[in-house]
Order: sequence, then structure tokens, then C-alpha cells
Amino acid sequence: MPAVSKGDGMRGLAVFISDIRNWLGNTWLGGCRRSANHRSGPAKALGELMTWWTLYSRLMCKSKEAEIKRINKELANIRSKFKGDKALDGYSKKKYVCKLLFIFLLGHDIDFGHMEAVNLLSSNRYTEKQIGYLFISVLVNSNSELIRLINNAIKNDLASRNPTFMGLALHCIANVGSREMAEAFAGEIPKILVAGDTMDSAKQSAALCLLRLYRTSPHLVPTGDWASRVVHLLNDQHLGVVTAATSLITTLAQKNPEEFKTSVSLAVSRLSRIVTSASTDLQDYTYYFVPAPWLSVKLLRLLQCYPPPDPAVRGRLTECLETILNKAQEPPKSKKVQHSNAKNAVLFEAISLIIHHDSEPNLLVRACNQLGQFLQHRETNLRYLALESMCALASSEFSHEAVKTHIETVIAALKTERDVSVRQRAVDLLYAMCDRSNAQQIVAEMLSYLETADYSIREEIVLKVAILAEKYAVDYTWYVDTILNLIRVAGDYVSEEVWYRVIQIVINRDDVQGYAAKTVFESLQAPACHENLVKVGGYILGEFGNLIAGDPRSSPLVQFNLLHSKFHLCSVPTRALLLSTYIKFVNLFPEVKPTIQDVLRSDSQLRNADAELQQRAVEYLRLSTVASTDILATVLEEMPPFPERESSILAKLKKKKGPGTVMGLEEGKRERGPDINGGPEPAPASATSTPSPSADLLGLGAVPPAPAGPPPSSGGLLVDVFSDSPSAVAPLAPGSEDNFARFVCKNNGVLFENQLLQIGLKSEFRQNLGRMFIFYGNKTSTQFLNFTPTLICSDDLQANLSLQTKPVDPTVDGGAQVQQVVNIECVSDFTEAPVLNIQFRYGGTFQNVSVKLPITLNKFFQPTEMASQDFFQRWKQLSSPQQEVQNIFKAKHPMDTEITKAKIIGFGSALLEEVDPNPANFVGAGIIHTRTTQIGCLLRLEPNLQAQMYRLTLRTSKETVSQRLCALLSEQF
Amino acid sequence: MQFMLLFSRQGKLRLQKWYVPLSDKEKKKITRELVQTVLARKPKMCSFLEWRDLKIVYKRYASLYFCCAIEDQDNELITLEIIHRYVELLDKYFGSVCELDIIFNFEKAYFILDEFLLGGEVQETSKKNVLKAIEQADLLQEVRS
Repeated sequence: MPAVSKGDGMRGLAVFISDIRNWLGNTWLGGCRRSANHRSGPAKALGELMTWWTLYSRLMCKSKEAEIKRINKELANIRSKFKGDKALDGYSKKKYVCKLLFIFLLGHDIDFGHMEAVNLLSSNRYTEKQIGYLFISVLVNSNSELIRLINNAIKNDLASRNPTFMGLALHCIANVGSREMAEAFAGEIPKILVAGDTMDSAKQSAALCLLRLYRTSPHLVPTGDWASRVVHLLNDQHLGVVTAATSLITTLAQKNPEEFKTSVSLAVSRLSRIVTSASTDLQDYTYYFVPAPWLSVKLLRLLQCYPPPDPAVRGRLTECLETILNKAQEPPKSKKVQHSNAKNAVLFEAISLIIHHDSEPNLLVRACNQLGQFLQHRETNLRYLALESMCALASSEFSHEAVKTHIETVIAALKTERDVSVRQRAVDLLYAMCDRSNAQQIVAEMLSYLETADYSIREEIVLKVAILAEKYAVDYTWYVDTILNLIRVAGDYVSEEVWYRVIQIVINRDDVQGYAAKTVFESLQAPACHENLVKVGGYILGEFGNLIAGDPRSSPLVQFNLLHSKFHLCSVPTRALLLSTYIKFVNLFPEVKPTIQDVLRSDSQLRNADAELQQRAVEYLRLSTVASTDILATVLEEMPPFPERESSILAKLKKKKGPGTVMGLEEGKRERGPDINGGPEPAPASATSTPSPSADLLGLGAVPPAPAGPPPSSGGLLVDVFSDSPSAVAPLAPGSEDNFARFVCKNNGVLFENQLLQIGLKSEFRQNLGRMFIFYGNKTSTQFLNFTPTLICSDDLQANLSLQTKPVDPTVDGGAQVQQVVNIECVSDFTEAPVLNIQFRYGGTFQNVSVKLPITLNKFFQPTEMASQDFFQRWKQLSSPQQEVQNIFKAKHPMDTEITKAKIIGFGSALLEEVDPNPANFVGAGIIHTRTTQIGCLLRLEPNLQAQMYRLTLRTSKETVSQRLCALLSEQF
Repeated sequence: MQFMLLFSRQGKLRLQKWYVPLSDKEKKKITRELVQTVLARKPKMCSFLEWRDLKIVYKRYASLYFCCAIEDQDNELITLEIIHRYVELLDKYFGSVCELDIIFNFEKAYFILDEFLLGGEVQETSKKNVLKAIEQADLLQEVRS
């Protein structure tokens, strides 16, 4: 303590100073003890204080301009002193350098004085040196000449063997920590650290100095033979040395775990000694009855760099952790918050270690119970931390269920916590504990919270709800409802990524398209709806409005009028989108073409001030006028499925939150199974879900799900990771048959998808020729190497189907998509399908996937229109037993007329209306083209609604063709 | 720890310590943003908040806010006690420390901090040892000058 006694004759001055204090924040900061009469601090430097006060009061003026003026005057004064002819003595130099620092700390820029500060470094007077070092540390400068001088001064002080000088030099290195310093001192400091005769305080500084240099320039600090000696500092007598060394070792061990692994057992025994010590054993290292809390936390942190230790050490560590958990249950030794904070700091760090090891179910559950108690603690800080820690526990398979039991408390926290940062943690925890069993409840709670949520966290909640709704959608109608609700409740916070995503999903999943069209149509009825809803509605109706157009209440004209009623209230981008919807309507609904052309032709479009709108109006109008129906149909074809990469929303959330939080959920919650790629989620049951009662509101009939089989994202465990012979072709992926069937009546879509890879198809056929585009999407962020797709045909198939393709680039970058074109020719009719085998390396593991490629005989269909008379005439001609194949089968999907028609058309034949005397029956006709022959085909499908059965009859001129077509088509209903 | 800021209720910065290299411009921006954020918080609120990719731990002592930025894996509660221990050290050294002591004896406030925290890590937690080091230096000052 500075020991200068207060002079008796200075009473007046003391009063003056106390006045200043009253005016300028003299409130005592301490909270533990007050000794108002004994204030040695201000008295010791009364003169000095006066100087500062004069300076301060001179500088701090009422107006900003006046203040800057004064400061500039002061700076000019100092500058002139530094530049003056008279050499300044050390004391004056120190004084002015100190003033500069003071001005800098008041918030003003300082661009000179560095040289004078450097001069002070070589002073023999401690205070001058000290101020010099302080200036350098606070106002780091990258001037290379200065750095050379500074480094020289530091070198001298390090070599001086004067412990105080050495201390200053080490502090300076640790404070500046520049690359140049690393170059100059990275070799020297480890020597100081491990030398036998170094003082304890210098060891402490040297350890943290080295740590700082390692952080800024790791390559300049190679760990050497000193590594093992540093580890042994964990055994040092001096707890301060152990504290500093533990920080250093923790950082180094993260990069070089092997070199520092002996630290584990030393850390455990040190920790054990601390947690079992009586509260007085460690003397000054005991903090409010907690033995060495800082060191304990650091040791527990060091242990988190390693997996659980060997059994012997592990037993001792488990004892430590149990002791820490037990202590949490003991009555507190002090009522002071410092006591409980220090104790709980250690407890939370212990829980982090337990979670990190994720191997002791008993400890995990105890940790969870302890945190559960904190969830209702009166201290806000503890509730906050408990929510935070539980997020990590939620991702452990051992404690996930235990965390879930607290769901009601967490939901209550969301509703009642008064601090937004605590509510934010509650949202995070709900997100982390969400799984299939509670997704509906959590999403509902988050949605209802969203209505009143703080603006600062709305966007994040919107993203989380969107992700959970997508991830745990058992039923995609629920997903669509949820997203539309999001737009309703918090439309302003629904970012592009979210509404893009709902459109991507609807386009990629044909089982939800009808429902989506119906729902957006209903939502758009609201008198005021958010612009984002108009965007989603416009897009979806433009693609799938036809699915609800059969109902007079949502006839094409009604749909158009509804959308157009919003048009004038929308921003330019939305209007542009709506114009595209209109032109899509021209293709979907020829009957509204004149209405739409009128709109496009109006001055407000054709002469719109916005170039984009004007251009769209002009082009679309022209397109609708000149193009034939065929061309329109091609240009305005339904959007192909989107390549499935990482969800764009997830990417956004990651960007927002930093990788830690979201990855925790994604990586952590993965169920453990034999498949190291993480088994895809069980197939969402969308294909078998019954439409909700509300689905029939419009009387459209529920849109039955698409052909059998799980949607593409659930292709099953397709990847044969354990195969070690790269040449072997993997067996067909489970689910491949189902996926294959989905493509019989359509040409575009996602053929296969797992955690790593997505395969999309887009194909076109004309007569006996076809072209297929295969898109391989790398869903990960890591490169695929040796990426080799191969088409495999049996000998039989090879003779009848000719496939030509070029190899693709063997590396596929993370997130990238490569395309492969296959040219196809049907030589003669065929039954089998080619197999697409893909082999590649992903992060060291060999991947091998096989799927059936949906090139089927019906692709070479050419529809033939014919009148009833012709049909039956030909029907009779093809009456020999070999020509006819018949199949009677049970309906696998709801028996919906419109869907059935769409499928027959998708199959490739013409759908002949008013041909069959029974209007419930369907008949079709077409010609299969092969290189050599053309085969006429007739088909008739007779549904029996009561029995839920179908009878399908195929008559063609060739027996094998009849058989194959009948087999293919039977699978579709 | 990435940095520590001390500022008054009026938003005046009283002490700044940066443990990561940042440009002056960046430092000013961070300071402005954080001072605003922390001052806007109500007294009973929790002492921790997320800010950018860091965790902020702060506590108010009389008219002064002590505010530390730590990384994701760092321990919030122990950081709160780092702040308290620093206040205790200042208090013991100055004898009932107040904001004014820190303004006018800023160099001492820095020296004490350097003995306690170095490179963003706790160097010495013993109150005795830290103050001993500072007193020795003060003694040196008395003798030489």
C-alpha cells in the first residue's frame, strides 16, 4: 500500500477534492467493507491528483467542439515540447507521455509520442520505464523502426535479472503479442518458463506471454522439448504458477493433444486435491470459502481437450465430479453471492466436462437434475446458465429424455422471464430438446410466443420454427400450415430463405402440392395479408393452381382475380413474381388467357416506370400471343425439383449464430447406429397419412399422395460404408424400387437422397430417343473424391436399350452440383431397368450407392387420339390371348378420378374421353416407338369404388410389351 | 477473455484492455455498441448476454460498469468473479476505490490489472500476491525518485 500520510495543513485542498469527487462519481465501488476515514489513496498523490484534475476539468467542456478545441490546444503544447530544442528530462517526458495516454483514454486519437515512450523504456527509473511500457501496450504501433527499438529494450530488460524490469517486459510482450514479438521472443520465453532459477511471478508471466504469442502466431511457437517440463508445472508448489500454466497447456493441447496428454493425470490429481481440501487449506487461494475456483475451472477446461481418461484415472475423476455435484447440495457456507458464484462456476464447468465425455449416464442424469433445480432458482444468472447448459445435455442420448421432462418449465420460462436474453436461452433449449415426440407442441409454443416476442429475436425464432417444422414434419400439410402461420404472425421477419424453402419443398414433394395450393388460396382470402404470403401464394398457384381449379370456388378466374386484387399493393419484386404467375396461368388455364392479356396490355404494365415490370409485361404478352400451345407448355413447364443441398434456412441460422449452436443440434442429436453417416430420419409417413378433416373444405377431394414410397429425402440407408472393395457394386438401395415407381409417370424429380448425396433427374423423350440429365448434388461442405457414376445394364438390356454418356469430373466440391447427360435409344422393347452405381470418397470413407434408373418402356410412348369407334375396332383386332394382359388389383391410393387421369397421361398414352360407354372407366391409346418397330397399345382401366379394386387391361401387338406396360402401370394406382 | 471495458453510467469509457489485435476503428465501434447495449439493460436483468459470437459478462459497481467479453467455451460465473476480484484489488489498493481513482490513477488501475490478468487469462488469484507485486513497484518508485 502506498504509504504517504495526509498532511495536516492540506485540509482546504482535501475539501476541494472531496467536492470534485462528489461532482464526478466518487461513489465507492467496493461492496465488502468500508473504511471511510482511512483513505490513503487520494492523499498520497494529492499534488498529482490536482494536476490531473486541472487537466481533466480543462479538457471536459460542456460542448463537444469546445472540448475538442481544448484538447487540440493541449496536444499542440505537448507536441511543441517534444519538438522543442531543449532536450526534455526523463521526468517531463514521462509527464507528457502520461498526459497523452490520459487524453487517449478520454477517447481522443493520439498519433504521436511513440518515440518518446520508447525512449522511456531504456530509462533506469522504474516509473519512467513503467509509463513507457504502458503507453506501448495501450497504443500499439506497427511502425517497424519503433518495433525494433521496443524489442531491443525488452531484450535488455529480460536479460537484466531485475525481477521487476523482467516483469514489465513480459507484461508488454503479453499485451502487444504482435508477430514481430513472436519472432523475437518465441525462443527465449520457454527458456525463462522452465528454468529452475526463475522466480514464480516471472514463470506466471512467461507462461501467459507464450500463450498470447501462440494465439497470434502459432507457427512461430513450435512446441519443443520444453513441452513435458511445462506439463510438470501442474505439480508446482505455487498455485499461481499452476493457474497460469494450466491456461497455456489447455491452449497448446487443443492443437497438439498427443504432446500434452500426460497433463490429464496430473490435472486430475491436482483437481482431486483441491476439491477435497478444507476451505482453509489453500489460504489466499480460497475465495469466499471455495478452494481455488479459478484453477478448478481451468483444470476442468483442460480435461475437456481430451476423451475420458484410462480407467484408473477415470475413477478418480469421477469421484471429483461426484464431489462437486454433492457440494452443490450442501447448505452454502456463506450468504454472499461471491460464494455461490464461485461454487457454481466450478459446478457448471464440471457439468461441461460430463457433457463433453458423454459417457457416464449416471453423471449426465445427475447433472440434468441439478440444472433442473437451477431452472427455478431465484437468481436470474443461474436460470440463464441452466437453460444454456441444458441445451448441450439435450444432445446427449443419455440425457435427452431427462431434459425433455423439463419442457413445461422451459415453456413457462418463455412466457414469464422478464429478461429477453433469458427468454432467448429458453427458445434455444426448446429448439435443442425438440424431437419427433414433442415437435408439434414446441412449434405451437414458439409460434404463440412469436406473437409477443421481442423484435430482436423474432427473426431467429422464425428460422427455428421453419427448421423444426421441416425437420419433424410427419405430415407435410402441417409443415405448410406452420409456415403460412409464420408469415401471418411475423411476416416481416420471414426472410427470403424461409419462403423460398417452403416453395422448394412443395415443388419437390408432389404429395403436398394440392394441399399447398388449396391452403394458400384460402389464406389469400384474408382482406389484409402479408406480402410474403402473396409471394408464396403467387408462386404456388402459378405452379399448382390447376390442382384446385376443378372446384368452381377456386376456378382459374377466381384464382387470378384473387391474386390480382393484391397486385397493386405489392412492391416491385412481388409484382414481377405475380406477372410470372400470370403467364404460367396462360399455360395452365387457356380460358383466362384473354383476361390476363388485357392486364398485361394495360398501360400500367406496358408503360410501367419500372424497367423490369415493363419488360416482363411486354415479353409475356408477346409470348402469350405468338407461341403455340406446345411452345407455351414447354416454356412454362412445371418447375423441376430443386437440388437438395443443405437447407438454406439452416445455413442462415448457422451464419447468424456461429457454427456452435446449430451444429450441436445437427451433429449431436444424430441417432447412433451402425451407419456412420448417420441414418437418415425415418421416412416421414406422408405417403400414408390421411388428410386432415380440413383438407376437404373446398370439396376438392383430398389430393392423394403421390405414388407409393417414401419421399426422396428418406431413401433409406443407401450407403454401404463398410464395403472395402471399391470395384464391387453396392446392392440396390432399399427404397429404390419405390422411388423408381414414382418416375414411371413423371420425368423430373429427386431420385435418391441421403445425408451426403442427392441425385436429381430431368429427362425428355421423343419417339424412340431420350435424353436424361442426372444431377449429382454434394450436400456436404467437403469434397467428394474419385466420384465415379457408372451405368450398368445386363446383357439382355444392353441389346435392347442403348445408353451413352460421358464420365463426370471426379471431384465434386462441397455444396456443388455436377450434371451428367445420358443419351438414350430404345432399340427394342425391354423389361429391366439400368442400374446407376455411384462410388466416391468422402472424408476418407468409401461410399458406394446403387439405384435403379427410371428408364422404362412407357417413356417411348407417343399418345394417339382416336374416336370411340376406331378404338373398339382396334381393341377387337388385338384380341388374341397373347396380345392381352389383364391385372386385377387392390387400390393402394385413394381412388381419385383427376389423379388417375393425370397418371395415365403421365404414363404417356393419350387419355380418350367419351370412348368407354361406362364414364367411370378410363381408356388410353398410344404407340411405343423402338428403333425397329412401332407397337400400338390400348389400355383400359376399370375402377370399382365399392371394392376399392381396379381391373387393368392392356392390348398391344406384342406380348412382352403388354406384359411390361401392365406391370408398370399397375403399380401406380 | 477478449477484452475488458470499464465505463461510467454516462457512457464514458474509463479503462479498456484488449487481448486480441483489433484496429482502433474496430475498438471504437465495439465500445460504442457495447456501452449502448449494456446501459440499456435494466438492473435486475441477467449479467450475461450474447453479442456477436461472444459472451458478454458485466456487472455494475456504483457508477461504473465492468464489462468482459469472453469466448463461447469460457465460464460466465467465474468471469463475474474475475470482475469482483479486480474490484476488490482496486478497493484494497486505493482504500475504498471510486470512479475518480480510476480516472486519475489510470496507470495504477492498468498495473493492477496486468498483475491479475495477463493475455486475457488469470495470472494470479491471490489478493496478497498481486498487491505485494504492486507495492514492491511503488516502493521502488519512492526510493528512486
